[in-house]
Amino acid sequence: MPSIKSTLPTENCESCPAFYNLEQMGFKVGAFDRVVALAGNPNTGKSTLFNALTGLKQHTGNWPGKTVTRAEGGYQFNGVKYKLVDLPGTYSLLSASQDEEVARDFILFGQPDCTIVVTDATALERNLNLVMQVMEITDRVVVALNLMDEARRKGLEVDARSLSRDLGIPAVPITARTGEGIHTLLATVADLINGEIRTKPLRVGGTPEFQKAVSELVPMIEKLAPGIPNARWLAIRLLDGDSKVQQALLSGELSQRVQQQQQADVQFSRKMSVEGRQ
Amino acid sequence: MTEQTLNPNDVLAKAEALRNNLSSGFRDEIVKSLYSEAETIAKRAVKAAKEKKYDLDQKIDRLVTSPIVGLPIMLVLLGIIIWLTVSGANVFSSAIANVLFGIGDWGRALFESAGFIPWWITGFIWDGVYLGLAWVISVMLPPMAIFFPAFTFLEDLGYLPRVAFNLDWLFKKAGAHGKQSLTMAMGFGCNAAGVVATRVIDSPRERLIAILTNNFVPCNGRFPTLIMLATVFVAATFPPALTSFIAAGTVVGVVLIGVAFTFLMSWILSRTVLKGEASAFTLELPPYRRPNVTRILYTSIIDRTIFVLWRAMQTAAPAGAVIWILANIHMGDTNLARAIADWLNPFGLLLGLDGVILLAYIIAIPANEIVVPTMMMVYMGAGMMIDGPGTSTGIYNLLVNGNGWTMLTAVNLMLFALLHNPCATTIITIYKETKSYKWAAVSVLITLGTAFLVTFLTASFARLMGWA
Repeated sequence: MPSIKSTLPTENCESCPAFYNLEQMGFKVGAFDRVVALAGNPNTGKSTLFNALTGLKQHTGNWPGKTVTRAEGGYQFNGVKYKLVDLPGTYSLLSASQDEEVARDFILFGQPDCTIVVTDATALERNLNLVMQVMEITDRVVVALNLMDEARRKGLEVDARSLSRDLGIPAVPITARTGEGIHTLLATVADLINGEIRTKPLRVGGTPEFQKAVSELVPMIEKLAPGIPNARWLAIRLLDGDSKVQQALLSGELSQRVQQQQQADVQFSRKMSVEGRQ
Repeated sequence: MTEQTLNPNDVLAKAEALRNNLSSGFRDEIVKSLYSEAETIAKRAVKAAKEKKYDLDQKIDRLVTSPIVGLPIMLVLLGIIIWLTVSGANVFSSAIANVLFGIGDWGRALFESAGFIPWWITGFIWDGVYLGLAWVISVMLPPMAIFFPAFTFLEDLGYLPRVAFNLDWLFKKAGAHGKQSLTMAMGFGCNAAGVVATRVIDSPRERLIAILTNNFVPCNGRFPTLIMLATVFVAATFPPALTSFIAAGTVVGVVLIGVAFTFLMSWILSRTVLKGEASAFTLELPPYRRPNVTRILYTSIIDRTIFVLWRAMQTAAPAGAVIWILANIHMGDTNLARAIADWLNPFGLLLGLDGVILLAYIIAIPANEIVVPTMMMVYMGAGMMIDGPGTSTGIYNLLVNGNGWTMLTAVNLMLFALLHNPCATTIITIYKETKSYKWAAVSVLITLGTAFLVTFLTASFARLMGWA
């Protein structure tokens, strides 16, 4: 596949949906081919990106905590239909508040084909903590370095290549507000889902004894809940004494959860496409 | 039972055993290595190209979140927005009222001249349903069309988190979560949205406090009522040149009373039924962003103005119909509306209000931000036609000369509108968020109880002092 980027006539074309075969599908997400989740710290522009891609008018605001439930919409890129799920903004995936749980449950049990972690390029260090936590759960992660215009204004130079190399996943600089870089982002997501891009997420290992403990637990969890996608992450949570995960395991809820979340997603999408709202 | 099955308890026990074998600090180790890894990676990827001598954002933040001038700046900003609303709304209000009531007269005349339409159809449609809609639009639309864009502008700019930052310490003092300042700020937009926004608070205790007290700040739907009352009554007693400033000052005062009640009730709750310590949190101040004009207009006009107005109209039309029916069921020499209002009157007077206001409040329960338009209809429907309704002089004449209003009535109605129970949407939202009928009921009891108590006290005090 020839690189589309090389045929770019001008930079401005990047922000024009017509140029790169982006069709904003709004709420028409009845039949989609792929599911993409949008995660990120609060106020990094997830909803702005969501609106730019879907053509919806999800309320955006300069205001951490704007989105506390998830919103869904659709877009079509190069003929493939994507369902886009906008998750609440969170700093971590470990605490007990409801917005974090919504985000965590979706990435963990909803099994999106790809998760875009939207980060604030002007405050990268703080944003990376969440990126690394998402990378613990899934391999299919793309980092969107958003707010590049603000970073430039502040005199910051953000090297996406260096970041991408260090993290082992693609990092794409974008400015969701103007549409800059969105084409590259979508192409990257598509390539990652197709397997043309392979990720090697950096995982913080911890001590050797911890590694060993994890590797002992993983097979047990896989046996207990066959088909569970994130046994490694669950093992870490169990070692950490996460009472929610313990309960889910005890009540046999865990394997049900995988099914339920997927079922709920189908129902949710149907409801959204019929009523056009949540 | 085959060997394949595994008891969940075994897995837990295994995890427990493994955890005990690990050195005690392993969790901190992992978190630490995660953070240091993030730091190294970020340092490698980000270069500050040129050292900026100063950061404008930080300078502004130091000013607007300063312990000394932070709060005054906030009040001045609120005052400016409300002043703009008050002085702008006056211009449109009478124009819109003239047009709408003119259409009403024309429609009624048309129906009457047609000859074959019975009087009760004409009355029901034009004096009931249509009048309800006309009142709601002329009272609510002008202030909303100015207030909402201004509010959305501040929101887009990134000012609201600074408000939260300024108020955070007060919430901690009240034993509530600092993030409640965010949900309260959100409540100024819409209380139901504020209740949903409490999901950002992790502790169930503090979240409940935030939910139960959210209604004490006036939402966008209730601002027009406050603005109208402040303009027509409180400011009317001052020289015309000062009117808009006095009105704006009054509304700011009412907002402050609402905030004070939020703190007071949070404090009471956190020391009685919802005991506990306030938990710590970090609040991030987002960078200031240049607001996007199209988005502000879209959000404020479509999402807010049209949405709130449409909601109000859906209640106003049936409310108008009910009032017309009540006013046209005759009992001897009076009608049902009058009779009910008279019956409620002693209780109303006790609160510094009157029977008509209480009747209007009851009829408008589904969306009680329309209590003032409803009240107007009851006054008019009960047989007191006046000239030029919709202009502030017209309203003033109707209420003061026609129905014996005093300053106490106006002040207490503002307090009542500020403190009374949440609208139906908010109550349903509270139920959905808490999954408990009990807490939904408690939210109504707390607010309504406060409203009755406060208006009763102010009325008694004013009478004791001989002011009313």
